[in-house]
Amino acid sequence: MKLALSGKFVSTAACVMMALSVPAMGVAGDTIKFGVAGPHSGDLASYGLPSVNAAKIVAKQVNDAGGINGKMIELLIEDDVCKPEIATNTATKLASEGAEVVLGHICSGATKAALPIYKDKGILVMSPSATNPALTQSGDYPNFFRTIAPDDAQAEVDVNFVLEKLGYTKIAVVHDKGDYGKGFAEFAKKFLEESGKAEVVLYEGVTPGAVDYSAIVLKIRKSGAEAVIFGGYHPEASKIVGQMKKKRLKTTFISDDGVKDMTFIKVAGKNAEGAYASGPQDNASNPLSKVAIEAHKATFNSDHGAFYENAYSAMLAMVNAIKKAGSTDLAALKKVLQTDKVDTPVGNIYFNEMGDAVGVGFSVYQVQDGKFVEMK
Amino acid sequence: MDYFIELLFSGLTRGSIYALIALGYTMVYGIIGLINFAHGEIYMIGAFTAFIVATVLSIYGFPLLAIIVIAGVAAAVWSSAYGYTIEKIAYKPLRHAPRLSPLISAIGMSIFLQNYVLLAQTSDFLPFPELIPDFEFMEPVAHIVGSSDLVILITTTVVMLILTYIIKFTRVGKAMRATAQDRTMAMLVGINVNQIISATFIIGSALAAIGGLLIASHIGQINFYIGFIAGIKAFTAAVLGGIGSIPGAVLGSLVLGLTESFATGYVSSDYEDVFAFSLLVLILIFKPSGLLGKAETKKV
Repeated sequence: MKLALSGKFVSTAACVMMALSVPAMGVAGDTIKFGVAGPHSGDLASYGLPSVNAAKIVAKQVNDAGGINGKMIELLIEDDVCKPEIATNTATKLASEGAEVVLGHICSGATKAALPIYKDKGILVMSPSATNPALTQSGDYPNFFRTIAPDDAQAEVDVNFVLEKLGYTKIAVVHDKGDYGKGFAEFAKKFLEESGKAEVVLYEGVTPGAVDYSAIVLKIRKSGAEAVIFGGYHPEASKIVGQMKKKRLKTTFISDDGVKDMTFIKVAGKNAEGAYASGPQDNASNPLSKVAIEAHKATFNSDHGAFYENAYSAMLAMVNAIKKAGSTDLAALKKVLQTDKVDTPVGNIYFNEMGDAVGVGFSVYQVQDGKFVEMK
Repeated sequence: MDYFIELLFSGLTRGSIYALIALGYTMVYGIIGLINFAHGEIYMIGAFTAFIVATVLSIYGFPLLAIIVIAGVAAAVWSSAYGYTIEKIAYKPLRHAPRLSPLISAIGMSIFLQNYVLLAQTSDFLPFPELIPDFEFMEPVAHIVGSSDLVILITTTVVMLILTYIIKFTRVGKAMRATAQDRTMAMLVGINVNQIISATFIIGSALAAIGGLLIASHIGQINFYIGFIAGIKAFTAAVLGGIGSIPGAVLGSLVLGLTESFATGYVSSDYEDVFAFSLLVLILIFKPSGLLGKAETKKV
């Protein structure tokens, strides 16, 4: 998700918060300083505070176990109220206080504003929540990593599924011309073309709400596609699978989490059987996720909030990287992050060259007997 | 060549869908010169009525044919009641008002009915039962033209023939034509103009309801908003064919459906609407009254 910037917050309050939140108590050299930045006050605080809690819990666990290579974690917690103009101050402050790695920021806009400052100082930044694709894909921020899937990740998940699991080579990409659906389809097309393994035989948009999709269905058949990747929402998806059944197409249907909705199964009925849709990964069966959630309950006696598991995972990944690299040098950290897999609440992850976590985010589900079943 | 035939049938089906709705637009316009924007909503209400009746009947285990007939009749009656009432409430009091007033009233009626169904039923999409089964004799050609396509094509043809017969050869039809030509004169020769106008609304609404049943069964889903989108396209088709003309409405619908189908098939579905409306603009430039419409002559 993208977090909107709030205009309501009074910036003086932010300054007060920043002044108050400097618990610089460690002795230099004996500690590794983790900056924690995000909205900790104001109306978006609920997105930022769970990350602070995650940082505190992981830091305590690591410190209780003897620290990272003998060094204790020291947290520098800074509020950016989710505003880009304040986030630059936050970043400058963290950098000048000697933060070696940063957990944050939370909002995409604030993260983007803060990143150049960290980049100049060679500080590793890992966000649990900033999903804007450009943050990693622009290549502008080699110091940036994240433990949440970017907005385009599910296109990649779908494409990989089609190529690797289903082994198809001719794919049609269809979308509903909307921001979400078309964005998804554009990424799917891009990934298919880049893979070199499959050919995009058709790339088109349909008009949402049209009475009849048989023409596009015929076109899909003529294109010889083995699968259709559809970007959009369930009303069009159920019409298309219905028409495909009517025209006796055997083409596989794969879509996004706008379709992974029970309404799709309800409306499309038996026509939905066998269709695939990607959706957020189910962490419930991950034992580490249970551990993280229980740790939060035990420490704060409350339910964890948004991005808690992502922040917890980011902390684990950074701690592991520092441990293996033996320093907080950016190049050394990057190398570990990109090669070493870490077990975290969001899965067994490592990072790709751009900084996105591989193995995080979306899974593909198939409709089987009126239910979405996760495909492993 | 196969592909061409497939697209041709796809276009014909789509055109027939538009035609079932466009006929109601064109009939009302022919008689009282009003564009009944609430007509799409009548179609939607027909689909909802058929949905409710068909769901209830299938719970009681009625055979499919009985369900189609009963649901069709119920939808036609119920939609006709709506059409009749709308005319009495929203249009009749404005019959002597400037032309813009009933038009605004029609748009108001359309918005009212949409929201009424939204509140009374649901905003969600509902799965419409497949009332037209896959006929076995159609199986060899099912990849080109399906059973529901066939039923829609046949229904539209039959409906158009019956309508043409009614208007050309029956007393009601004669009275309709008289009312359309000159309402005052028709009254003077003893035609009950109000009754004729009501009859027009009832016939148009019943057609829309049958269209609602067939189309919803073809698409497999309904919600409160389907009438608006289908209505806009049907209205376009009616204008294309010459609004006020019954064969024109069917011709316009088929032309529109085929254009969209071929545009999707040979160019890109991104440009489906671009082609459809460019065609409309072109035809109206060269033939302002539509394909089969009669040019209005101003009496001095």
